[in-house]
Amino acid sequence: MTVSALMTRARDAALPPFEEIVAEHGPVVMRVCRALLGPADAADAWAETFLSALEAYPKLRPESSIRAWLVTIAHRKAVDQLRGTARRPQPAGDLPEISAADAASAGESSMDDDLRAALDALPAKQRGAVIYRYLADLSYAEVGELLESSATAARRSAADGIANLRKHFSKGVKR
Amino acid sequence: MNDKQIVDRLTSSFAGAGVDGALHGRLAALAEKQGLLDVSYRTVDSPLGLLLLAATGEGLVRVAFLCEDHDAVLARLASDISPRILRAPRRLDGAAHQLDEYFAGKRRVFNVPLDLRLAHGFRRSVLEHLRRIPYGVTQSYAAVARAAGSPSAIRAAASACSHNPIPLVVPCHRVVRSDGTTGEYLGGPEAKRALLALEAAA
Repeated sequence: MTVSALMTRARDAALPPFEEIVAEHGPVVMRVCRALLGPADAADAWAETFLSALEAYPKLRPESSIRAWLVTIAHRKAVDQLRGTARRPQPAGDLPEISAADAASAGESSMDDDLRAALDALPAKQRGAVIYRYLADLSYAEVGELLESSATAARRSAADGIANLRKHFSKGVKR
Repeated sequence: MNDKQIVDRLTSSFAGAGVDGALHGRLAALAEKQGLLDVSYRTVDSPLGLLLLAATGEGLVRVAFLCEDHDAVLARLASDISPRILRAPRRLDGAAHQLDEYFAGKRRVFNVPLDLRLAHGFRRSVLEHLRRIPYGVTQSYAAVARAAGSPSAIRAAASACSHNPIPLVVPCHRVVRSDGTTGEYLGGPEAKRALLALEAAA
């Protein structure tokens, strides 16, 4: 047996049953899907994310951050889903904005509607950086990669996003 | 409101986003439909304790007793068969139902497709033979070795029985020592005696 074949075997043996991945990371992926798409489309995106992950799973390198991998897939699903419904094509890597009306019409009673609206009103990079840094708990390096920029840019976008949310609330703006 | 309060409000606002059984079921159904569910599993209550049932697309591939540690069994299935494993009861509902009937004394023969891929060579020949030992009948390890084609391989036959990946459904509990004592069993000697008593009473 060749060294690479042995390494492949060792690698395969290190992967836990996919069910463990769903149990451990299902809730964080759901938070991200809800934040990206609103509650109405979150369930579809969640299922699509884990279905794609299941397909690619046997080839995953065990040293990968599974959470970052799943959030990246969710990000792509959200971009696809929003592009599919958007009138204009969006530049790569950007998260198309969703309207507050769409989110509100989904009728999520426990959701903080005001926060939801403020988050959706952020520029795409800032919204992505805030969601991936604070809701998915990714590192700035991972967020940077996801948004096709650098860790520094991701840190700035997240800080700007939080500052904008703060401004929104300190002005007491209500929609 | 300061930055920390904003972040707290953000995280608490999305914290309740749960994944319910219906959504998990949808994932499992999509995976099955697209041929991505290599191993599905469920548990079933029994008089011998909680049993783990696992199936591939071909059939029932593993039945495990609680004393084997279900998590360890699933981890082994991930490395031996495929890590594409999900809790998905549908494929196993038939086997679970037939096991219920068996423990209630209402079923003598299991009628579910089996996947014997976890047993190789002689061990597999032994399992093929075990499937033909009728309900309520016992056989010696020597007789099993003979029937599997290697009369002198009595210890290997005993080992094949004690490593049977599909106990209960492939009835290794019906194989006993020539002196009449029960012998080894994956689920423990108590479980083996209970099964022999169940079949003797029916």
